[in-house]
Amino acid sequence: MATVHLPASLVRLFPGAAQRVELSAESVREVVKQLDQRWPGMWERVCDAGPEIRRHLNVFVDGERAGLDTPVGAASEVRIMTAVSGG
Amino acid sequence: MTTKVLLLVATKKGVFMIESDRGRARWEVRGPFCETWPMFDATYDPASSAVYAAGGSEWYGPAVWRSTDLGRSWTHSSQGLTYGDEGPGIATVWSVLAAHGAVYAGTDPAGLFRSDDGGVTWQHVTGLREHPSRPSWQPGAGGLCLHSIVPHPTDRRRMWVGISAVGTFATADGGRTWETRNRGVRAEFLPERYPELGQCVHRLGRAPGEADLLYQQNHCGVYRSGDGGRAWAEVSDGLPSDFGFAMAVHPREPRTVYVIPLNGDGRFMPDAAAAVWRTRDGGDTWARLDHGLPQRNAYLGVLRQAMAIDPLDPAGVYFGTTTGQLFASADEGEHWMLVAEYLPPVRSVGAALIED
Repeated sequence: MATVHLPASLVRLFPGAAQRVELSAESVREVVKQLDQRWPGMWERVCDAGPEIRRHLNVFVDGERAGLDTPVGAASEVRIMTAVSGG
Repeated sequence: MTTKVLLLVATKKGVFMIESDRGRARWEVRGPFCETWPMFDATYDPASSAVYAAGGSEWYGPAVWRSTDLGRSWTHSSQGLTYGDEGPGIATVWSVLAAHGAVYAGTDPAGLFRSDDGGVTWQHVTGLREHPSRPSWQPGAGGLCLHSIVPHPTDRRRMWVGISAVGTFATADGGRTWETRNRGVRAEFLPERYPELGQCVHRLGRAPGEADLLYQQNHCGVYRSGDGGRAWAEVSDGLPSDFGFAMAVHPREPRTVYVIPLNGDGRFMPDAAAAVWRTRDGGDTWARLDHGLPQRNAYLGVLRQAMAIDPLDPAGVYFGTTTGQLFASADEGEHWMLVAEYLPPVRSVGAALIED
């Protein structure tokens, strides 16, 4: 099972969502689809037109910057992180 | 049950709800709501008792938020709020309004969306972006935003919208086809002074009781139209500046309109003295209203959606500033009081009566 870490600001948007999720997926695209099945609407929060990961979000798979097509392994750590912003 | 006045204040850091009794002398501030997202608009739908709020997060994209318990709990959705995988991506929702049993949302880049299920799912009103002029649409400094949604009071097929910096459009067939409605409106920033489109409409409003009587505050003056926007007459004479963003039309008097002129250079109130200007004759003459407003060192800016009027008699008038002040008048603008002064930059103010 891959472990997916979600940012707190995303989890707050979906009552019942967890910051750490375990699931089986072969790609980042499938990870986000499964998150959307658990918490409907999460796909739109994470992905923009294209589809692609939103410009101010970063996804890392096992420490490497990833896109929707990046493979996810059985024991991968997937982190969805917000970009630095402020003001 | 008591009647309350509810102000919905959308800011750069969330939505605030500010409430008073009918006397409108004491106000309570609640918020920020919507997870402190950058928000552009908020409105109350009396038919469903729902508050809708529009905005967009730089991280998580655009959404319309909804609360049916006056802010205690919220849902959000952007399902269908898209131009498809080909894009362009939608940055934010600029405007939201409930009318005739539907909810409408205006976006940046400019487009109109409609929800028939209370904001759960959205459908693109494709006819507007299919207008042949669309490739020539240009953004203003605030973006290419659809900021004004003006429904016809009785005919659900008719509607006007305002887009910066494109102009006014009207539909008479429920959004399938649209016409430009900019004749007589100046565009001093274009080579042609009176083009068919490209005008920078800042705020569009409709008069009560007279469906085709429209007003607009434009980048280049204030205008009135008696024929649904087919022809506009400038009514800026008597104002200290033809520039301004905010405008509000009285809920019962079709010829009473409020504007907040700003100087064209710094976008603050002329001479750094705060004032709202009111006409009682459709713009033929204007009066300065400043009793209770700061008259020295008041470098206040007010954005296009940041003035509202409540339906009480006398009507309450409200405006919020880009420096976080909210001012209120309970007597149609004759006297003003400061309601809040340390809010985030205010982008819109809405006013409604609620039973609580």
